[in-house]
Amino acid sequence: MTSNYLPALVFMLGGLLIPFLRGKAKSIYMMLIPVVGFINLLGLPAGESMFASFGDFNLVLLSIDRLSLMFGYIFHIIAFITVIYILNFKDNVEFVAGFFYAGAALGTIFAGDLFTFFVFWESLTVGSVMLIWSRKTRAAQEAGLRYLLVHAFGGLVLLAGIVFHYTETGSLAMSQITLGNLSSYLIFFGIGINCAWPLLHPWLTDAYPEATIGGTVFLSAFTTKTAVYALARLYPGTELLIWIGVGMAAFPIFYAVIENDLRRVLAYSLINQVGFMVVGIGVGTELAINGACAHAFNDILFKGLLFMSMGAVMYRTGKINATDLGGLYKSMPWTCLFCIVGAASISAFPLFSGFVSKSMVMSAVAESSHIPGQGILTAVWLVLLFAAAGVFHHAGIKIPFFAFFGHDAGHRVKEAPLNMLIAMGMAAFLCIFIGTFPKFLYNVLPYATDYEPYTISHVLTQTELLFFSALAFALLLLGGIYPAEQRALNIDSDWIYRKGGKAAYAFLANTLNPLNTRSESVVMSVARGTADFFKDAYARIYLFISVNFWLAQDIKGKRLELKKQRLYKQLLEGVFPIGVGAAIAVSFIGLVFALT
Amino acid sequence: MEKKHMFDNPENVKKLLRIFFSSVVALLVIDVVYIILSEQHIIHRHVEYEWEKYWSFYSIYGFVACVVLVLISKYILRPLVKRKEDYYDK
Repeated sequence: MTSNYLPALVFMLGGLLIPFLRGKAKSIYMMLIPVVGFINLLGLPAGESMFASFGDFNLVLLSIDRLSLMFGYIFHIIAFITVIYILNFKDNVEFVAGFFYAGAALGTIFAGDLFTFFVFWESLTVGSVMLIWSRKTRAAQEAGLRYLLVHAFGGLVLLAGIVFHYTETGSLAMSQITLGNLSSYLIFFGIGINCAWPLLHPWLTDAYPEATIGGTVFLSAFTTKTAVYALARLYPGTELLIWIGVGMAAFPIFYAVIENDLRRVLAYSLINQVGFMVVGIGVGTELAINGACAHAFNDILFKGLLFMSMGAVMYRTGKINATDLGGLYKSMPWTCLFCIVGAASISAFPLFSGFVSKSMVMSAVAESSHIPGQGILTAVWLVLLFAAAGVFHHAGIKIPFFAFFGHDAGHRVKEAPLNMLIAMGMAAFLCIFIGTFPKFLYNVLPYATDYEPYTISHVLTQTELLFFSALAFALLLLGGIYPAEQRALNIDSDWIYRKGGKAAYAFLANTLNPLNTRSESVVMSVARGTADFFKDAYARIYLFISVNFWLAQDIKGKRLELKKQRLYKQLLEGVFPIGVGAAIAVSFIGLVFALT
Repeated sequence: MEKKHMFDNPENVKKLLRIFFSSVVALLVIDVVYIILSEQHIIHRHVEYEWEKYWSFYSIYGFVACVVLVLISKYILRPLVKRKEDYYDK
């Protein structure tokens, strides 16, 4: 069966009808959109289709290959799960924004040319900002605005890159770009902002924890993964990405250890996980690209699951800071269980999904490090191993421990609503299913693979790594060294535009404003003087000529004064006899004629 | 009175910790067995780096990594970046 609907439009247009429906019909309709979208996806022909022309450009709206198809599958799956999760919220804005956002992500990954890619890329920003703003708190409004500004800037960088790229090559094809000229770097950094590269990342940790409960689940799935897709499509094997990825994998875990807001801890760990994918794309071998894509697939599920479990906690208790939580295993046992599944998956425990994908990237790095001249990759491998231990520490242990165990904060709440439990249950099932039967995932990866994650060596060494990380946690906690969670805020590189921006504003205001005032007063006085002069200048000139004329005619005294006043008044009021005006005009034309 | 839950009883916490510490020790023993078996070529072991063959390399690496992570976060990063919660509102 073939189908011919653009996957993006199924979501974007389908979402627009949601506000017109009520009750059960609405819930069923919302769940149907991703299902219909998925069936449509299965029927779409491989290769390029759906051409459109825009001005001189021939656009390719749909381009399907193994890489885009894999992202298409997981985007539909997580959209379906997230929709079930948010059914109990009654906010139409959130629903429409969520579908628009998911549709934009699908449009981006199936775009066959850079222009279509850019249009959907920008739609992603619109959808995600709406998801942040639907929280309707002041913090969310401000964070949303900062998010919008950062992404608008990133979009402009990308657009400039695409325009330069087109002028240089005359092509809008979504094909590999080699870093070299300005346009290649502009596109690279434009994508990098959405990918949350170090120093460009704080939009993520700033805004995601401020979005709505369901919004954050949507957000965690699409923006960064679309950027990962774009890098895999346009910049595979770019060495710079290895170093960027290593930075992403390493630095956020330090922040995650001291962060109090548990959804922000997850936001930091999201960057950490995307770091593994970026390293894989940078290495660029088939195994590495497969690893990056497989890990993106799994991360969407387990990170979504973790955000869902924290969202459920927030929904029931109204709290999300570690200092306000604890002991919830008593009242929310199912949420607790699903959270642990997510934690085990992100930590890459055997039989859980992270185990079968993170090690692909690790193995690819290790294999490439044996190539002569690539020895430095050994250091990359060691940092990634450090990050793999660290992620268990902050996401695998910290999240479940501080929310569900630890010090009992005394919350006696109901278990999460049924729809939330079903959504979490589905994600948890998929995490274990993929972890146990990785062949299903491997079959949809961009390259055919015979990678075998379940070797004795891998299972044993990974278990050792994780158990001894846990041992460190336990001993540090029992020994009182583990940093107690504190009600505090940790500044990050967004300080540059949040405080630095204010400081720059104050500096400019203090130095430039006085200068401005001075310049203004000078300009004003000159202008006022000139205006005063020109107000009646022509009248004065006429008067000057006339007075001399009259003096020659021997008109003097009172009569001269009277004539002067009458002429001046007539000139200003413009009631000059028409004949005189005509005479002046004619003589002027005559003068011009005589001179030329 | 509220129902007693599993970890309200300190005995259960102790029991859990005991199980955990024993499994940690068990892993160290299994690693020895595994090294012997692979040295004797009874089990084929593929390693990328020589140090992966050292006894409990991964255990020590994981433990040290996490201790270093926590110490750096607590004693270096937090003093540098910690601010009051209303820092940006002022």
